[in-house]
Amino acid sequence: MLETHALTKHFGGLRAVDGATLSVEAGTITGLIGPNGAGKTTLFAMISGFEEPTSGTVTFAGEDVTRESAHKRARRGIARTFQIVRPFAGLTVRQNIAVGAYLRHPSRTDALRKAEEVAQQVGLAPQIDRPASELTVAGRKRLELARALAIEPKLLLLDEVLAGLNPSEIRDMLPVLRSVRDGGITILMVEHVMQAIMSLCDVVHVLAQGVMIAQGTPDEIARDPRVIEAYLGAGAAKRLEAARAHA
Amino acid sequence: MRQERLSLVLSVGLLAGLAVVPLVTAANTVLNFLVFAMILALAAHGWNLLAGYAGQFSFGHAAFFGVGAYGGALLQMRAGINPWVAFLGGIMLAGIVGAVIGALSFRADLRGSYFSLVTLAFAEVLRILVNATPATGGAAGLLIPLDVRFANFQFASRAAFYWIALALVALVTLLMLVIENTRFGAYLTAIRENEDAARALGVDVFAEKIKAMTLSAAITGAAGGLYAQYFLYLDANIGFGPWISIEALVAPIIGGLGTAAGPLVGALALQMLGEMSKTVAGRIPGIDLVLFGLLLVLVIAFMRRGVVGQLQRLAMARGGA
Ligand SMILES: Nc1ncnc2c1ncn2[C@@H]1O[C@H](COP(=O)(O)OP(=O)(O)OP(=O)(O)O)[C@@H](O)[C@H]1O
Ligand SMILES: [Mg+2]
Repeated sequence: MLETHALTKHFGGLRAVDGATLSVEAGTITGLIGPNGAGKTTLFAMISGFEEPTSGTVTFAGEDVTRESAHKRARRGIARTFQIVRPFAGLTVRQNIAVGAYLRHPSRTDALRKAEEVAQQVGLAPQIDRPASELTVAGRKRLELARALAIEPKLLLLDEVLAGLNPSEIRDMLPVLRSVRDGGITILMVEHVMQAIMSLCDVVHVLAQGVMIAQGTPDEIARDPRVIEAYLGAGAAKRLEAARAHA
Repeated sequence: MRQERLSLVLSVGLLAGLAVVPLVTAANTVLNFLVFAMILALAAHGWNLLAGYAGQFSFGHAAFFGVGAYGGALLQMRAGINPWVAFLGGIMLAGIVGAVIGALSFRADLRGSYFSLVTLAFAEVLRILVNATPATGGAAGLLIPLDVRFANFQFASRAAFYWIALALVALVTLLMLVIENTRFGAYLTAIRENEDAARALGVDVFAEKIKAMTLSAAITGAAGGLYAQYFLYLDANIGFGPWISIEALVAPIIGGLGTAAGPLVGALALQMLGEMSKTVAGRIPGIDLVLFGLLLVLVIAFMRRGVVGQLQRLAMARGGA
């Protein structure tokens, strides 16, 4: 469904993303993890058309979309959420979601009906006529998800939609994400909440300092020494091993 | 009551009330006052579409007012085109100029105050050019020959002209109310609230801004065309001077930014204030501008969304209690 090949982004001297190659199979939930500043958001921005890559390609459904503008990619079916949420603060929840729904439903009645449906799906129905500015953090994250879903995407890029939620809010969101996948939408998600990655993802890719260092099932990744070192520093895997042997 | 409903009720009420004024009085001062208020309301509607709905604050709507005014005047005087058709031609020219200025500024991704300053610069350049060009009458200005006939868009009765201006305001108000309920309107407000989020949802931000700019310029151009037909005289400062850029933005801010009733409410308020300042403060030059500035500060400080927003809050407080 989605492939990136040797995708690279330099900001001045900084290699935010360096030769990232990854592929996302249709129908899966694929995870993208990595320490802070690894380049995950930048990679998302290149996939969704918000940043132009320094080099490399992005292929979606067999077509090269590397230089295509963001709105055209959205029309193709690539939806994204923003790590730092960007609600249309002056509009109601319904109006926010409707902006997305208008993409496939030009008539107002249809767009508003679709907005209501999506609000229901993500659990925002009770707040549907509230201004978006009044939502809690959890509500705003749901709104990000709802707007993206409203464009009826094929591929959904989720950038830390669980960050800032408490454990019970996270527990509420997991079935929502599963239902999205079961509805036929492929998901690529950046997440620091490991519990979510472990329980949702079919495959996980690991990015560290701009480089793809590992991929595999969540279990494989959790045991991969390269991944442990990326998070805990060089030699951490050995020390852990030694500690385990000692115990 | 939702803002849209309130705007509808307010607009219908005001327009109906305004329509019967000539039946009550034929005083020239009253009709002059009202014609000018309608011209201002129209110019303000154009500005409000771009700034109030789409969030792009132009400081140079004089450019479109002037092109509408001069376009209509020159097409009839130099090209011999029927004044009604010339009026429409002026509106179209204003729209085209809007599209061009929009394409240049939005292609360069000018946002916020950069966009404001560039629009101001375009208007000033046009003012200086028109002032220096003999073909546009230069500094002496343009005098549209008096020939009072309906076919010439000139009327013996001020009331007739006033009703036409009022009808145009009504038409544009209706257009705004319709736009609010379309995808175009939703996309404009989305762009105003957050451009990146809009792009992520498939909105072609550039194209929507150009559409808004074109329509906005055409509406303000219509105000210029009306001005030319009413006063039959133009010079570069009237057509392209900062006064109209300022009034076109002060009126909607006072009336209610991004509301369909705001421009008319604000234009009437401004006009009244202008008249009052003349009688109270006599002929101190620029006293009306000082008062506009003061009013603007007060509205921005205490009344978000102007008069319409204030009325809405009152209505909600009563309805909710
Ligand atoms: N527009 C930019 N200009 C310059 N540097 C940038 C820009 N955007 C990101 N960076 C830098 O690129 C690197 C990667 O940032 P990015 O936001 O992609 O990381 P991330 O993996 O999403 O981190 P986090 O987990 O904290 O969200 C960081 O060092 C960041 O400071
Ligand atoms: Mg990030």
